[in-house]
Amino acid sequence: MISILNAVLFIILAPLIGGLIAGIDRKITARMQGRMGPPLLQPFYDVAKLFEKENVVVTPSQNYYVLSYIVFIAVSGALFFSGGDLLLVIFAFTLAHIFLVLGAYSTNSPYSFIGAERELIQIIAYEPMIILSAVGMYMVTKSFFVSDIMNSPIPVIVYLPGIFIGFLMVLTIKLRKSPFDLSTSHHAHQEIVKGVTTEFSGSGLGKIEIAHWYENVFLLGFIYLFFAFNPVIALAAIIVTYLIEIFIDNTFSRVKWQYTIKSAWIVAGTLGIVNLAVLYYLSGVMG
Amino acid sequence: MIDLVFLIVFPLIAAVLLLVVSKDSIRDALVKISALLIGIVSLMTLFLYYNTGALYFPVGYQQVSQIIFLVEVFLALFILYLGIKYRKSLAVVLILVQLGLLAYFEMFCSEALHAVQNLFIDQLSIIMALIIGIIGSAIAVYAVGYMGTYHRNHPEVQDRRRTFFFMVFLFISSMFGLVFSNNLIWVFLFWELTTVCSFILIGYSRSEEAVNNAFLALVMNLLGGIAFAGALIYLAGIDPSGNLFEINQLISAGQALAIVPAVLISFAGITKAALMPFSSWLVGAMVAPTPVSALLHSSTMVKAGVYIIVRFSPVLSGSFEGLIIAMIGGFTFLLASAIAISQSNAKKVLAYSTIANLGLIVACAGIGTYKLVWAAIMLIIFHAIAKSLLFLCVGTVENRIGSKDIEDMAGLIVRMPKIAVMMFIGIAGMFLAPFGMLISKWVAIEAFIDAPFGIIFVTILAFGGSITVLFWSKWMGKIISITQYGKRVEGNIRSEKWFVLYLLTSLTVLVCLIFPLISSVLIEPFVLSVYGFTTRLAQDNIMIMVMMLFLLMIMPLSMLFYRNGAKELPPYMGGRPTTPDMKFAGSMGIVRESSFSNYYFEQYCGESRLLMAGTGLCLGLILIGATLLLGVIV
Repeated sequence: MISILNAVLFIILAPLIGGLIAGIDRKITARMQGRMGPPLLQPFYDVAKLFEKENVVVTPSQNYYVLSYIVFIAVSGALFFSGGDLLLVIFAFTLAHIFLVLGAYSTNSPYSFIGAERELIQIIAYEPMIILSAVGMYMVTKSFFVSDIMNSPIPVIVYLPGIFIGFLMVLTIKLRKSPFDLSTSHHAHQEIVKGVTTEFSGSGLGKIEIAHWYENVFLLGFIYLFFAFNPVIALAAIIVTYLIEIFIDNTFSRVKWQYTIKSAWIVAGTLGIVNLAVLYYLSGVMG
Repeated sequence: MIDLVFLIVFPLIAAVLLLVVSKDSIRDALVKISALLIGIVSLMTLFLYYNTGALYFPVGYQQVSQIIFLVEVFLALFILYLGIKYRKSLAVVLILVQLGLLAYFEMFCSEALHAVQNLFIDQLSIIMALIIGIIGSAIAVYAVGYMGTYHRNHPEVQDRRRTFFFMVFLFISSMFGLVFSNNLIWVFLFWELTTVCSFILIGYSRSEEAVNNAFLALVMNLLGGIAFAGALIYLAGIDPSGNLFEINQLISAGQALAIVPAVLISFAGITKAALMPFSSWLVGAMVAPTPVSALLHSSTMVKAGVYIIVRFSPVLSGSFEGLIIAMIGGFTFLLASAIAISQSNAKKVLAYSTIANLGLIVACAGIGTYKLVWAAIMLIIFHAIAKSLLFLCVGTVENRIGSKDIEDMAGLIVRMPKIAVMMFIGIAGMFLAPFGMLISKWVAIEAFIDAPFGIIFVTILAFGGSITVLFWSKWMGKIISITQYGKRVEGNIRSEKWFVLYLLTSLTVLVCLIFPLISSVLIEPFVLSVYGFTTRLAQDNIMIMVMMLFLLMIMPLSMLFYRNGAKELPPYMGGRPTTPDMKFAGSMGIVRESSFSNYYFEQYCGESRLLMAGTGLCLGLILIGATLLLGVIV
């Protein structure tokens, strides 16, 4: 059931695709703000340059946590694209993020520390919704395996509209887009310097950036599952979703963490649960 | 059968010896030898009985039943005496009620009773015996060193170590009795014994707080005991021949006959497992010396509560009463996890996490489909190991740095690296993939989807699960921060403490590696024999989990690579001159200290507020359950 080839392809291609998406993102963002924007390949130049820099750390152990972070992000993404169990993918994903948080904690720096706390808040803000999404997909397709959901002829999105909206909501948190870029940010304006990533530089920061690319590709893959019955629609949905995310990023200002968790949980608790309850009822009625 | 009797009687003998012996060195040796023997024999039960299915043994009844009655009366009088001595009127009233019920039972019901198959062993009993025999006795060994330090640090507490170890081994003996008894009257005796043992151990220091909390535990558990006694009288009423006193006969008698006693006993289980609204006794119990907490939370006491509910879950399954019990568990899981966020006292965080996990186990057992029972048993195993490890780590840290506050554990990895790594593994075992607790939660999510009303529990797990992530990871973060000023203070920890800590740490990792084996040898046969179906994780998933575990184990090797070659700079402090212990130059030449503290979300997760909500909610559910039950009886 698990496809090793897909896993390998993901590990090789995802950073390239993720970097390209980041480049397009910056280009479109710049245009929205009336700027020219950097070249398309700028993210690659940036990361390449990071790897040439001197290895400066607060504590050597922070490198270990960042390495674990990128390894487990890659593992969970590979597991996803090879068709593995969706819940296991989510759990591996959480594990990876805990490593990033621990890396920030390990430096014992005030800005990293607040960033770490906020990153944890973000994790608990989005995790219930992601689990409910997986549960919803199971209820529709009767399988937790990504390979089965992929091959299911059922238009999942028709059964899970509420779940999908909830997922979009937490996607903004996951993509580190404004208004939910609390723990660290793509932009320069951040009251806690760079939050979780404050104390990372050089290759460490480069790894975090690549891990983020892996993560983004995985998340967009997740959107694909909602539309897997028709690859064309699915691709279109991914593009539209990402454009909406860029638009939101550029139109909303950062909110407080209280608002983040409340809104994410309220959406998960209403749209998500109501959607599941309706499905539950229907499956009971139709046997 | 002799080994079952040995496991019940031998700790009892050891307990009596420990009560008599007053020399420290002899006591220490005695504890270690007894613990070793108990551990070996409980392992033997595994090898002797793992493939025999459930075996039942007749044990002489008439004489034993009189002894049991006498012991119960003695226990009741003992509690009565203490209740009067400390002027605890509620305890006195409850014990009088229980004494009355016992007398009634003895006079009117016990005449014709002749349950024969009094002892039994099946795979669930083996699992429980291993938990009690290995973890319980490991904690006893740890206590040898701990109690010495405890009395040096607390000169105001009277040294009653003879009573202490007597109670610990009596506790272990009664736990074995509880899981090996097939006769409910016997179960009830051991049930009451564990109540009394925990009562004495919680009140060990005899400070006012300790005495009050001990009585709180006693009162709540007596409520459960009264329900249990009620179940016995009810059973005697519907079946004067006494066959239904045998657990296996009662369960196979079907829901119509067995639901009333099953619910009453589950209520007793809820009080013992400290679910809301009875959670306060377990939180209060942390005034006791740390090994007692470890014992109560991992291998004894609360595990007796969930054991009995798992035992009866085939009866509860599919009934409305079972749903209510499961909901009590579910809400307890959610609210206790949230309360844990607001706590900075490590023992309190552990206590609330125990309550939460027991809630989850009861939620699984109350719905009681075969998959959920599988998950519940897995939870019992993983929780027992990781939680005992965590308590003992906290106890060791407390002995050393004089605080059990998580904020004071900042930079523990610098000060006590070995303990910090063990604590880290223990915490990871509680909530991270691919460790044990997470496996069980995962299976529980999958199983709840297919269960009746499962959607409620899936939601609770989705939210509750992420709450657990928060309070565990911020604790982890605290202990692994590299503080530049920390001094190493790990010397002088006694070797048997190290031994126990290493043992539990390796067990935490080991059970994650061999859980498919535990599942196929013990849990699946048990679930199959009860339900006719069984479940397991998909082969692919097991492979991936094992690979993840290995990856996790080799990742730390990268530290060797990173150790040299990097340039180390102090953390970014906004460009202000900063000393290594993080004092920075403020404005006007004033030197300011910096300190950071975790978020505790008092305003959302405050203990009193959520506790009130939980008490109200769960009490309401209990009342609904009680009304339903009355409807069935009348």
